Amino acid sequence: MSTVVKDTHHDEHPSGIMRWLTTTNHKDIGSLYLWFSLIMFFIGGLMALVIRSELFQPGLQFVDPQFFNSMTTMHALVMIFGVVMPAFTGLANWMIPIMIGGPDMALPRMNNYSFWIMPFAFSMLLSTLFMDGGAPAGGWTLYPPLSLQTGDAFPFLIFAIHFMGLSSIMGAINIVATILNMRAPGMTLMKMPLFVWTWLITAFLLIAVMPVLAGGVTMLLTDKFFGTSFFNAAGGGDPVMFQHIFWFFGHPEVYILILPSFGVVSAIIPTFARKPLFGYSSMVYATASIAFLSFIVWAHHMFTVGMPLAGEVFFMLATMLIAVPTGVKVFNWVTTMWRGAMTFETPMLFAIGFIVMFTIGGFSGLMLAITPADFQYHDTYFVVAHFHYVLVPGSVFAIMAAVYFWLPKWTGNMYPETLGKVHFWLSTFFVNLTFFPMHFVGLAGMPRRIPDYSLQFADYNMIASIGAFGFGFAQLIFVYLIFKTIRGGEKATDEVWEGAEGLEWTLSSPPPYHSFNTPPVIK
Amino acid sequence: MNFLNLKKVSLLIALGLLSLPAHAGWLDLNMPKGVTDISNEVYGLHMLILYICIVIGVLVFGAMFWSILKHRKSRGVTPATFHESTKLEFLWTIVPFAILIGMAVPATKTLIKMYDTSDSEIHIKITGYQWLWQYEYLNTDVSFYSKLSTPYKEIYNQKEKNINYLQEVDRKLVLPINKKIRFLLTSNDVLHAWWVPDLALKKDAIPGFINEMAVVIKEPGIYRGRCAELCGRHHGFMPIVIEAVEQDEYDQWLANGGKVESTDLASTEK
Repeated sequence: MSTVVKDTHHDEHPSGIMRWLTTTNHKDIGSLYLWFSLIMFFIGGLMALVIRSELFQPGLQFVDPQFFNSMTTMHALVMIFGVVMPAFTGLANWMIPIMIGGPDMALPRMNNYSFWIMPFAFSMLLSTLFMDGGAPAGGWTLYPPLSLQTGDAFPFLIFAIHFMGLSSIMGAINIVATILNMRAPGMTLMKMPLFVWTWLITAFLLIAVMPVLAGGVTMLLTDKFFGTSFFNAAGGGDPVMFQHIFWFFGHPEVYILILPSFGVVSAIIPTFARKPLFGYSSMVYATASIAFLSFIVWAHHMFTVGMPLAGEVFFMLATMLIAVPTGVKVFNWVTTMWRGAMTFETPMLFAIGFIVMFTIGGFSGLMLAITPADFQYHDTYFVVAHFHYVLVPGSVFAIMAAVYFWLPKWTGNMYPETLGKVHFWLSTFFVNLTFFPMHFVGLAGMPRRIPDYSLQFADYNMIASIGAFGFGFAQLIFVYLIFKTIRGGEKATDEVWEGAEGLEWTLSSPPPYHSFNTPPVIK
Repeated sequence: MNFLNLKKVSLLIALGLLSLPAHAGWLDLNMPKGVTDISNEVYGLHMLILYICIVIGVLVFGAMFWSILKHRKSRGVTPATFHESTKLEFLWTIVPFAILIGMAVPATKTLIKMYDTSDSEIHIKITGYQWLWQYEYLNTDVSFYSKLSTPYKEIYNQKEKNINYLQEVDRKLVLPINKKIRFLLTSNDVLHAWWVPDLALKKDAIPGFINEMAVVIKEPGIYRGRCAELCGRHHGFMPIVIEAVEQDEYDQWLANGGKVESTDLASTEK
């Protein structure tokens, strides 16, 4: 595109490691986030494989139950805070300025800080694995009093969470500031791509709830070390209050992990259907409704704590209500595909996989909303199946779809299509092999977070473990493919995809280091 | 990729699965109906919402796969250009809403029944410990601890696992049938949750607070459950076993101070 000659001196930057440490460029920082996320994906994945190895057969074979609990706890923390959230922030960094025709993020220096906090936070979190008393083992939900039994790891866990929260809040403020201030003239809010919209709403959710989590874990810290009794009944406190605080953060957090996926899928489906997104404005309103509802459903994670009947009914109804805007989204995607002219390149496959399997996760979510039935589902593998369906073939598939979709733009090279498809089909097969049987063992009565189980659960656990290893190894294809694409391959055109719409496709592939220094003209 | 090898591997996996011990694991697919009126209602709700989900799923995925088959570029179609319809959006907001209301009504009814602990005749206090349960029959002298009786050798794979592996206890909770029983739940240390699927009862045991729930068991039998809230290292090793008996048998057991030969050590029953 039209990179003006006199601007090229801005392209100069320190080389080697200093480039990455000091960078304030949204594309560099986006890449850093994405690489960080990919590394953490394998660390968290290894933890999952420890869990699945131990659960391959009944009996204790490989690890101590305490270490098993550490694995479930750390796996969750790493996957949520270290993989899905940074991956979406990375995509936001890369794509939002380009999509709205802005030159960079609004707060570039803070952008650098918000990324570089992450490696420190996670070094601290992962270092707890080597501490006296072991890594945190009270579940990622950190429910007291159990979480207060953590050994030396406890303050490190709390501070790691503080840092992650800080990073997320800074990232979110930056994204809000960017979207509200950096749009090219003519890029009105209702012309923004849906990915930008979903991120704008996600960023507000982050700003609203990360401080709540920080407050909650700080209370845990003072309960443990400074003699307060926020969550200790003997001192006049209430352990359940922590759960209310945690899930007031935790439920919007669930949507923080999924809303940007909606944006990604809403970009990919119209592209490969060669047809505009159906119901753009209803998609925006649905996203906003989901975000609003996410603040009034938190106690559905706590149906068994003994809330009053009125509370149970309210949270059941509010939770069921979320199915309505979520359904609208799915219907819109399907209608977008309807009478399109579809092709099925890898990003489209992942996006379709997302819709199908996210919807399956949505169905089990609807079932979980039914309070009387939830008494049976709560804290069983049915729940594990549910949230893995929305997170793995949900969020993670959406991230992979996004990577395949924009990798040619980022690198200037096409990825190997056949290999991408192999990656999709293997991932899809194994992800279902892993998580579908978990519905069965959960309904049959297997609680979550147990290292050993009675014999009637053996068969499906074995299947799930085989699936988990298959899924894990299939991801090596993804890594190979990313490296291969970066190093070369068929040159990508500027438009990359035949049906592509949006400002990012008007830039060269790869885009110049600084893009849209002169705002583009929006029709 | 060598497909012959793939075939061999899958054959091996299939053989491995066939050689598994022939317990009913493969058929344990669904929520148990249980042995109380409430548990049957809960099962009914579960199946109802499942069927609703399946019907919606068939419609939505059906439309989607039809579209994937028919509306593909390789068939030479030209894409349509429509991109909004207020009528459709209204329709698919209002119809799911109506379905949900239809679902919420019976669910709320059942919930109200579950919360009714009035007119209970027997009151039992359950206390969770790391990692066992204590049962106190209020207004009697009967009170005992109940903990896992599976030998460590079975857990550490030095001995073959018996059929009730990890779901057997040294002293069962003996309860009469056809009597309304109220449980008072609390904990001595961390959170636990007392869960018996056949009774459709699950509630958290919280230190410093008391939760309650009530049940009327309809059939005599042995019902097994587990702790359902992460409670530390041995969370997976604190099962619950209930023996539901006829009233006279229960009275006798109670008169005996709860000391019947009802230990689960033999572990021969299903």
